Amino acid sequence: AMRLGRRKVHTYVASGIQNQMSVLKTKIDSSDPEFVQRSQAMKDLISELDQLHAKFALGGSEKARQKHISRNKLLVRDRIASLIDPGSAFLELSPLAGYELYPGEEVPSGGLVTGIGTISGVRCLIVANDATVKGGTYYPITVRKHLRAQEIAIENNLPCVYLVDSGGANLPHQSDVFPGHEHFGRIFFNQSTMSGKNIPQLSLVLGPCTAGGAYVPAMSDETIIVKGGGHIFLAGPPLVKAATGEVVSAEDLGGGEMHATVSGVVDHLVESEPEGIARMRQAVAMLNYPKNNVTTADPSIVAEPLYDPTEIDGVVGDNLRVAYDVREVISRIVDGSEFAEFKREYGTTLVTGWSKLYGHPIGILANQGPLFSESALKGAHFIELCKQRDIPLVFLQNISGFMVGSAAERGGIAKNGAKLVNAVVGSGVERFTVLIGGSYGAGNYGMCGRAYSPRFLFSWPNSRTAVMGAEQLASVMSTVGSKNAEATEKLRAQIESESDVKFGSARLWDDGIIKPSDTRRVLGLAIEASRGGRRTVDHKNFGVWRM
Amino acid sequence: SSSAAVRSAKPLRSVMVANRGEITHRVADTAANMGIKVTAIYTEPDSELPFATEGPTNASIGSASDGYLKMDEIIRLAKETNSEAIHPGYGFLSENAIFAKKVRDAGLIFVGPPQGAIEAMGSKSRSKEIMEAAGVPCVPGYHGENQDVNFLAEKADEITYPVLIKAVLGGGGKGMRIVNSKEEFLPELESAKSEARSAFGDDRVLVEKYIAVPRHVEVQVFADNHGNVVALGERDCSVQRRHQKILEESPAPGLDLATRQDLWAKARDAARAVGYQGAGTVEFIFDNESGKFYFMEMNTRLQVEHPVTESVTNVDLVEWQLLVAAGFPLPKTQEQISITGHAFETRIYCEDPDKGFLPSSGKIFHLQKPTSGSPRLDITFESGSTVSPLYDPMIGKLIVHGRNRGEAINKMLRALDELEIVGPVTNIDFVKRILKTEAFGGEEPSGLETGFIPNHAEELAQIPPVRNDVYAQAAIGAILTEQKPETLTSAFFTAPPSPWTNIQNRKVALQDLTTETDPAEVTVWQVDADKFVAEVNGEKMDIEARLLPGNKLFFKTGLRQAVNTFVAPAAMPGASRLLHVFDQGRHNRLAIVEPEWVTVALGGKAGPANSVVAPMPCKVTKVNVEAGQSVKKDDILIIIESMKMETTIRSPIDGVVKRVPHGPGSIVKQGIELIEFEDAEE
Repeated sequence: AMRLGRRKVHTYVASGIQNQMSVLKTKIDSSDPEFVQRSQAMKDLISELDQLHAKFALGGSEKARQKHISRNKLLVRDRIASLIDPGSAFLELSPLAGYELYPGEEVPSGGLVTGIGTISGVRCLIVANDATVKGGTYYPITVRKHLRAQEIAIENNLPCVYLVDSGGANLPHQSDVFPGHEHFGRIFFNQSTMSGKNIPQLSLVLGPCTAGGAYVPAMSDETIIVKGGGHIFLAGPPLVKAATGEVVSAEDLGGGEMHATVSGVVDHLVESEPEGIARMRQAVAMLNYPKNNVTTADPSIVAEPLYDPTEIDGVVGDNLRVAYDVREVISRIVDGSEFAEFKREYGTTLVTGWSKLYGHPIGILANQGPLFSESALKGAHFIELCKQRDIPLVFLQNISGFMVGSAAERGGIAKNGAKLVNAVVGSGVERFTVLIGGSYGAGNYGMCGRAYSPRFLFSWPNSRTAVMGAEQLASVMSTVGSKNAEATEKLRAQIESESDVKFGSARLWDDGIIKPSDTRRVLGLAIEASRGGRRTVDHKNFGVWRM
Repeated sequence: SSSAAVRSAKPLRSVMVANRGEITHRVADTAANMGIKVTAIYTEPDSELPFATEGPTNASIGSASDGYLKMDEIIRLAKETNSEAIHPGYGFLSENAIFAKKVRDAGLIFVGPPQGAIEAMGSKSRSKEIMEAAGVPCVPGYHGENQDVNFLAEKADEITYPVLIKAVLGGGGKGMRIVNSKEEFLPELESAKSEARSAFGDDRVLVEKYIAVPRHVEVQVFADNHGNVVALGERDCSVQRRHQKILEESPAPGLDLATRQDLWAKARDAARAVGYQGAGTVEFIFDNESGKFYFMEMNTRLQVEHPVTESVTNVDLVEWQLLVAAGFPLPKTQEQISITGHAFETRIYCEDPDKGFLPSSGKIFHLQKPTSGSPRLDITFESGSTVSPLYDPMIGKLIVHGRNRGEAINKMLRALDELEIVGPVTNIDFVKRILKTEAFGGEEPSGLETGFIPNHAEELAQIPPVRNDVYAQAAIGAILTEQKPETLTSAFFTAPPSPWTNIQNRKVALQDLTTETDPAEVTVWQVDADKFVAEVNGEKMDIEARLLPGNKLFFKTGLRQAVNTFVAPAAMPGASRLLHVFDQGRHNRLAIVEPEWVTVALGGKAGPANSVVAPMPCKVTKVNVEAGQSVKKDDILIIIESMKMETTIRSPIDGVVKRVPHGPGSIVKQGIELIEFEDAEE
């Protein structure tokens, strides 16, 4: 047998060793009964959400849909399907908007489908009214969803395509829709602003655009109308009759032919919806807009994770109290399960490090317990590095909060936490947040919650968002005020229900609930939407560091 | 005493092939093996085909498509390129005695028989006289002017029954009678004459031996200028359409050795009778009922179907041609020639057998050559070539050899399964249907006769519907084609359609162009980069599919997986997009049926067509209607010519002609309007 000589000095290390050193190893045993039980618990949550999504994806009532189809109109999701490139994904945003929001009224998806899709190779933000839901009228949530979509378009330089089929403001809710800063008028403000920033605004008018709605096509750079289907007027025939006594048909008042040949409000007249969609695809192709430029990613580098993403279900389960190693989650999201960890031995309740996602470099911050001063400082340091290197940040948020108690306060947790918040705000790079568990208290802020303008924020079915846990909140309230057990219990139940992920998603606290196993792909779509087309670099400065 | 005989044998140094396509390749290959320099000629329309670009010397014969007929120009080029000899191939000038003479007068060697033999065999009546004199049986008959009924009855007795009475000006079966016995002759003659009178105003008839079950059997002969004549077995070429052969085989099945030897002997006699030299074919009508055969004609050239003879005799006939032309004796005697096994040739035509053999032309987007069983493929084109409507629709031929007829049929079927051509419509699937009929199969086929195709028209038209999973493959292939490879690193093209909802279903209407049945609607959901759910005709399938290089589609559903050929050529403007799926040996040609709005958006008109367009690039030869004329459905509107074939265009509707944009002689492209109708009244 050959005896190896004693190892001496090596000045050669095979390339690739450093990558291998970064490959996360898994310790989970998928046959462990506890793992199986947790996995099942997550699957139950997913299954409930699956059904809810499927129901909302139908849109309005069966009757409303049949009526819509009988008028030779396509359902809103079919319109989008034929608008985007074959085989490409549509990243739908907040499909559960409006869920149990208006007592006695169901407004599936807020009556508006929004999302990011690829049209003629260009990533576009698509905003499409669902006329089968209350005639496509704008509820308060509809306005908020429309504005959120536009916000995404502004931040990420995405051309906007509006598929207009709306009766305008929902009149009974007019006070919550019409006049405020974040109300209907802001839609057109945004259109004008974006157009001014060379973010194209395109409309396809497929149904009524009444009153304020008329401004969506009118404020667009280019507008297509479907003959016989689309109508644009500041007031419809009934209001015209009431106001001036003039009796006029909808077609004569604001039909496609009139607007194309007489008023010039529209630029293209088409005979049918599919033709309009084809023409919109052509209009996007003619934008001369930067297409997805991620093709620099070498397909051989874009390796799928080594471990099955569906195993995240069993790692995480539905009980937020059960601790697990968040690296088991990271290894099921990133390319090749490679994670170059930073400051592994310091501030261990926050895991930081670099990975790639579909070839894009990312910096990950993931909670592994409450935030201590050290973990907050480590996070701030890591964010500084990512800013310098122009690497986008991914926050995997599962946080009960910053550490409390005298030791923590004496250690300056408030100013150290502030440093983390300061770093997040001043980072300038694109940020993406996924709520993978609890999102409580100032932890929500430090880990780039909704108020910290991540480009996208998605939630897992098990996640919960509140100022604190329902138990603690009830117990705090009973300590500081009410001793009434019944009131305390009522409060606890209320907080419990308000922390539920569906409650938040219905109110646009997030951009949608996703399955844990889809996280890689959804984040991939989000990063491509943000960095794939035209990109403007944010030269932001950090605020004053409180030392 | 022929001119070649005085020349002492000396190996040829150079040869020009005065032809095109596969036969140029064929001659060039053998010549190259013999160290003979080859010059190919080509017309400008053919200038990009392999036969014109390969080889050391290629000479252009000009831009006109009939360049291959320009004798003086060809001879001038032969001299310019220092060609010693000219091989005429088949067709074009191959049986032109004047050309043969001109070549020889120019001091060049004509690779073919003496012009005297060409002339003699070129005339029907003279060849018959020569053959009768040499004791070669001809079809008995009377073609003379004497129309006396009793004289004709006598002639019928001489011919022996059954006989055929045919009006001299006859056509379409009018004035034609089959008479089985002497008793029936006079009444049938009277009836035929009266029918001919009223149909053609002329009651002259001819009487011929009636052959109930005719087969086309021919003998390959070879003669040198040292007095040697051999027969290299026979071929059966009975399967024909429009009097052109489709399938040829050797030996002719079902013939006993004595009959075959008799055939060979008569063929050699025929060759000797005309002082033949080189390769020739003596064609006979073989009466399958009586076992008798009759001389039909002699072809004084190498035939298209010569490879089946090469295959069973292991002789290179072109090599023999070049040797004989150089003055050498035949390499083998009759005794040394043996026939081994069975060979078939399929002629690959660009035509649509399911639409009356309508010629087809255009670019070949995909050509896969068969490999199993080492078949021989002699072909004019390659992938990317364009089949021009200016020339013959035969683009090549496939030859297989087996130990016996059954094995040869199986090998031909396998080879045809593997031969994939996308572009012009071909007869490949049709030939497979012929080979699979019971009447054609076996060692002694029951239905082999010249009427095979009309006799089995119904069976040959039986085409099973396109499989549901094939529709799915086509629709998925079309969708995948639009997903460019550079996008494959993109999450947008590799992620599932949407985190929660599969909104991405696409409906595609596909029509089978072979059967032209109603379009099938395919609904496709893409659930992952390479995973799909498809629903067709109520059947829902989970499918895994991805495109592979070289027009291949990996496809898996249920227990079946395959790598099939899938081709989706870019649609021509104004034409619908075609999808081609080769699945389990079947070429499925499917068209995406665009919705009506597309027609309208592209400037067409909703509702039924109000015009007739050219089905292929063609020349208008005759216009039967004029503006303002009322026509009924199926009335003949216009006659066009393409690929040397005439096609009749009939009215699709009852209507009034509004405009005839193109008169006789116009050359029109495919899809150009030929007739416009007035709008139908509402």
